[in-house]
Amino acid sequence: MPSLEQIVRVLSLEDYNTRVVVLGVMALGAASGLVGTFLLLRKRALTADALSHATLPGIAVAFMIMVAFGYDGKSLLGLLIGAFVFGCIGVLAILGIRHTTRLKDDAAIGIVLSVLFGLGLCLLRIATELPSGSAAGLSGFIFGKASSMVASDATTMGVVAVSIALVTTFLHKEWTLLCFDEKFGSVQGWPVLRLDILLMVMVAIVTVVALQSVGLVLAVAMLIIPAASARYWTTKITPMLIAAASIGCLSGWLGAVVSALVPRMPTGPIIVLICGLWFIISFIAGPKDGLIIRQWTRLYLNRRIAKQHILRAMWEVCEGNAVPEFTVDSIVYVRSWNKRTVIRLLKKVSKLNYVTQLPSGKWLLTEFGFAEAARVVRNHRLWEMYLITYADIAPTHVDRDADMIEHVLGRDLVAKLELLLDATKIPQSPHKIGVTL
Amino acid sequence: MTWSIIDTWIVIIGALCAAGCAIPGAILVLRRMSLMGDAISHTVLPGIAIAFLITGTRDPMAMLIGSVVVGLLTAFLVQAIQTLGKVEAGASMGIVFTVLFAFGLVLMRQAVDHVDIDPDCVLYGSIELAWFDQDPEGLGIPRGAIVNGVMLLANLLLFLLFYKEFKITSFDPALAKAQGFHPSFMHYMLMTMTAATAVAAFETVGSILVVAMFIVPPATAYLLTNRFGMMFILAIFLSVLAAIIGHVSAITIPTWFGFSGTSTAGAMAVATGALFLVAWVVSPLDGMLVRMWHLFSTRLHVVREDILGVLWRLEERGQKELLPVQLSEAIGTTPFLVKIGLQILQKRNVVSKTKLLWSLTDCGRKQAATLVRSHRLWEVYLDKHFPQDVHQLHQSAERLEHITTPEMQVKLGNAKEDPHGSQVPADE
Repeated sequence: MPSLEQIVRVLSLEDYNTRVVVLGVMALGAASGLVGTFLLLRKRALTADALSHATLPGIAVAFMIMVAFGYDGKSLLGLLIGAFVFGCIGVLAILGIRHTTRLKDDAAIGIVLSVLFGLGLCLLRIATELPSGSAAGLSGFIFGKASSMVASDATTMGVVAVSIALVTTFLHKEWTLLCFDEKFGSVQGWPVLRLDILLMVMVAIVTVVALQSVGLVLAVAMLIIPAASARYWTTKITPMLIAAASIGCLSGWLGAVVSALVPRMPTGPIIVLICGLWFIISFIAGPKDGLIIRQWTRLYLNRRIAKQHILRAMWEVCEGNAVPEFTVDSIVYVRSWNKRTVIRLLKKVSKLNYVTQLPSGKWLLTEFGFAEAARVVRNHRLWEMYLITYADIAPTHVDRDADMIEHVLGRDLVAKLELLLDATKIPQSPHKIGVTL
Repeated sequence: MTWSIIDTWIVIIGALCAAGCAIPGAILVLRRMSLMGDAISHTVLPGIAIAFLITGTRDPMAMLIGSVVVGLLTAFLVQAIQTLGKVEAGASMGIVFTVLFAFGLVLMRQAVDHVDIDPDCVLYGSIELAWFDQDPEGLGIPRGAIVNGVMLLANLLLFLLFYKEFKITSFDPALAKAQGFHPSFMHYMLMTMTAATAVAAFETVGSILVVAMFIVPPATAYLLTNRFGMMFILAIFLSVLAAIIGHVSAITIPTWFGFSGTSTAGAMAVATGALFLVAWVVSPLDGMLVRMWHLFSTRLHVVREDILGVLWRLEERGQKELLPVQLSEAIGTTPFLVKIGLQILQKRNVVSKTKLLWSLTDCGRKQAATLVRSHRLWEVYLDKHFPQDVHQLHQSAERLEHITTPEMQVKLGNAKEDPHGSQVPADE
């Protein structure tokens, strides 16, 4: 375990090395969160994966060219330009395969990804044999090698992050349009194709910059995971951009800190794992479409439906009686529930003051419960009447349909139905009540 | 090039591995799930790492079980995130496999003292060294050949056994379900096959190049045939071919430039890509050459008919002959196409040439009359049913005349005069 002193040293960024890595990956995380949001909404997640794999031959080719012309083969800028060019070639090849063959996107992505990666491995092996210049560090781009970052790299990442933030702010509206309604955009006269190309160029830039710290196999994770996590916290685009950038930034920071503190923790994979952790948290606990919230809404709805069903059953059993009292058995007779369920539901609604149990063992609808039950029954029967009158469905077949719709009838709709059917009181049930035997 | 027993075995192992991958790969490509192969082959790594950590040995059985379990987990998680979390399929795969791959890398770094496996092996595999890893009985067969061979046989057996199930669930999952097959059972069986194949191939070509073996030969075969069974035969053939070309070029091409050689696994992936490129261009079904030829022959057909039409209308006005340049101007196309068109028509004895001028023969006059009849009848028809500006009628009729069959012409009616006031040539 790292000592407290170590932790403080890392957190306060005292070491030059830690400072460079932490600031660099934080900038990268923010930039990729921003671009990744649009990439995710545009459904291009795996195109970015192919793009990042396609950069490998670019790195090798750039190295060979630089060595051949007598420069230092390790110039980062040169290597990244090579990577960028091949990344773009990869995307073009995917588009070419998709438009001129009958193969679909998935196969096109797989072909480009694996073949160009294979080409990259071949070229790297050859590059290591070049007489001048050592290619030993080149394979560091595959899994990332954050520890080798220097101040200038962190500055590059910072500059890229700021420029991407600027471009995103500037093109925020246009890219949103591109993601949600491309055709409408082109009808409105926006240069949709150029906007799309610009987005992919931004993705390529972020990927290329990410090569050094997280590596090309995992670069796509930095792009999509923060954006996908952010989606569970908001459904609006601006908050989503901010959330994705923050999640990316935070994951970068945590990842760099953990890898500095714990021995033998490669930075890139750790950052991706922390991104993954964010995703799991958001997936489960996010307020928009998160697992918990969805289960809870469903449970809530089910309860409301059960409550309305028992109310209607009670009312229909007592229909026409002077005193609204009934036995459990009579409810069991009209519904397909067993006795235990009926008693459980009765106890639940009695807490809401809808019914009371009489000393004789019979149940009595309270005045409040009677009114509420009457409302539910009315909705049910109005819908039945509507189906019979306007949808031409046989009276014996409307019960089930009305069963589903009665819970979601709003006040406006009920008013409309009343007008349409000319019904102010509770209509008679059009069919026999109870389980037909 | 010096060829030895080692090279022979490298090619055999590569071919077995590639052929074994081609079978599940072809089903994946047909189901448009190629990238599931990509995702699962990445997650072989954490599977192996976990198996190492639990058993502490390189027992192949433990590795196989570990990877298959993690592979199935991948398939399950991708599905779950996609449906429960409302995430698009591609993004869901991207999330699952990157996180699991990262997990595998961390485990490997943590366990580096206990196990001898390094990231390079993950990338390149070790097909070059496969010969030295002989089987325990000393039959002279490398272990890699046995592993990949067994995998190929198993895949082949499963595929033949479930041939019709795979076929129906690939093309029409709804029908398959209605008929009582179990699409989800077939799905997870395919995922198991993919994961097991990926782990068998892992040592040979590494975890990322497996993707090339899975996807590229089947995709190539898909471009070459329309038959389900044929696609598998072609895919296996192409993958074996790629293995041979890959190794041969890995040890020869770099030597032309003064290098000693390159990664065989990488070269095999590139070879699959090269074969794909060839199929892309020359496929008889819809390769680029075929498409271009179709386009060209259609254009030539239209130009030939236009030549006849122009010459006929000329005769109608009393002139008989034209220069090729005048023809190409009248039709609005390149002189080159007109020249070829005229030559073909001359060969068919439809037009004749006197000095530099071209005119219709008797036979040509008949053909041209039919064509102009179609054109003018279309103008009448369009004018009647889709009233529009009289000048636009000509443009529409100009297109329709080339695709009018004799039966259609009969149905177009028997008008005597077109909307411009010209005579409709009589039906012969």
